[in-house]
Amino acid sequence: MRPVVLLTTLVLLTLASLLFSLATGSVAISWQELLAVFSGADSGNDLAGQVIMELRWPRTVAAFITGALLALAGGLMQVLLRNPLADPYVLGVSGGAATGALLAMLAGLGSLWLHGAAFSGALLSMLLVFGLSHGSGSWTTSRLLLTGIVIAAGWGAIIGLLLAISPEQGLRGMLFWLMGDLSNTAFPSSGFPVLVIGLLAAMGIGRSLNILAHGEQTAGALGVNVRPLRYFIYLLASLLTATAVTLAGSIGFVGLIVPHMLRLLGVRDHRLLLPAAALLGGSLLIIADTLARTLLAPRQLPVGILTALVGVPVFLLLLHHSRTLHGEAR
Amino acid sequence: MSLLATSALHITIGTTTACSDLELTINSGERWCVLGRNGTGKTTLLHTLAGLHPPTAGDITLNDRPLVQLPRKAVAQHIGLLFQNHADAFPASVLETVLTGRHPWLGPLQWEGGKDLAIARDALQAVDLHNKEARMVNTLSGGERQRVSIACLLAQDPQLLLLDEPTNHLDIHHQISMLDLLQEQAAHHDKGLLLVMHDLNLAVRYCNRFLLLFGDSETLQGTAETALTQVNLERLYQHPLQAVPGPHGMAWLPQ
Repeated sequence: MRPVVLLTTLVLLTLASLLFSLATGSVAISWQELLAVFSGADSGNDLAGQVIMELRWPRTVAAFITGALLALAGGLMQVLLRNPLADPYVLGVSGGAATGALLAMLAGLGSLWLHGAAFSGALLSMLLVFGLSHGSGSWTTSRLLLTGIVIAAGWGAIIGLLLAISPEQGLRGMLFWLMGDLSNTAFPSSGFPVLVIGLLAAMGIGRSLNILAHGEQTAGALGVNVRPLRYFIYLLASLLTATAVTLAGSIGFVGLIVPHMLRLLGVRDHRLLLPAAALLGGSLLIIADTLARTLLAPRQLPVGILTALVGVPVFLLLLHHSRTLHGEAR
Repeated sequence: MSLLATSALHITIGTTTACSDLELTINSGERWCVLGRNGTGKTTLLHTLAGLHPPTAGDITLNDRPLVQLPRKAVAQHIGLLFQNHADAFPASVLETVLTGRHPWLGPLQWEGGKDLAIARDALQAVDLHNKEARMVNTLSGGERQRVSIACLLAQDPQLLLLDEPTNHLDIHHQISMLDLLQEQAAHHDKGLLLVMHDLNLAVRYCNRFLLLFGDSETLQGTAETALTQVNLERLYQHPLQAVPGPHGMAWLPQ
């Protein structure tokens, strides 16, 4: 697929999902009203204006940023570990964040503390894995992967313990956080600079990522400074993931599947794949979140459930029609 | 012109010492062959010469400058390495894989241009894969995959080509055509070659310098006449050999 066509399609998809999200909900808002609010013709004082500007817009922005961060982090993590099964959470960042968030909930702290605790937990986990995976030898992929998986399992046990000892009225909030939930996001726009800087940084090392995908030794022989590059990818992917889980909890599936959807479409150059993944991840999460808050309205579902419900059939369809795994490239 | 030189090079991997006090000078136009039994450190020697593995002791100089002081990118412009194994974890087309060879010649944010594409296509033509540039590398046969890697090395266009068993997986016709191609690179483009080979007869036919690794830290270098004697080769492989006069010098048959 031509890069211009792909990116244009994805930008249109993003805009469409944005409109879909803003227009859909318990208060029906017509396209005319939507247009009026954004063109400034509407003073924003009536119901439609308030619903859009105070409820739906921040939530939609949060969904887009979170989805884009996760898809970007997933694409980076897959190259770092040279493993198509890697997702942003495989090295334990989300486990650390969840432990922090659950501890804050257990202590009855407010939303601001909760987000701070989640981000601190993610950073702690990131540094722990980075330090421990060094060991006495070199920083190999398998050592990093095993360290990350074991630390993630450790966080899993602590999360289980916290769930077991927490009072029953707190359990529901905790489960929602663990499955990923966008209804409780503070300062969604704070993720925006992280996304933009992260995306630019990732595209800047794009050609080196392409080379690294062919193997560390090959990359070294072709002039890539493999060790600093891998440190950089690790830190970048971890920070993007930490920001995403701090915004919305551990939303699954987006980070794993979105880069693969694009690979199935024949996108293999990371200079194109990563921005495309950000757009696709963002719009997928907008759509999933819109469905999550409307399907069983007034009851809201954790968006993590919907990402899988939307993503699984789309992914399987692509896989079924794909020729890129075997045969001619498109 | 000296492309690469080692002084007092010492390489130990685990309990094996590949070489100690190795003084090796590779000049442009020379075609070196490294011979030795399995596990004597031939691959590690190649990786060390390419700067991918630190030597236990000793120095390596590239165009009279210490290898360790040069940035990786500058090293990759001068030294190319064909690996024994290829790991293709992610899908990539033949042309994309060959284009990776242009990496050391591009600026950090530069995209591959028409010139790089032309170089990559010429390299594919040279290895007889010009009609398969859109194929995914993971669908190729072992021999075709090997030729893609050789094309990648040609696209990289280094002065010194280090090749770890370049005839691996190749049929007889392509063994000869690839070695002809490499010989031509050395002859007409002033490149230096260092090949790890297990086929003595192809080595005799295509190489004019030989480095024998005995696996006990001892090494021996010379021409076919001085280094490839019956005594040296039988000691090297610890296997009796029979010399038969052939069209390209002595042919060696294992007994």
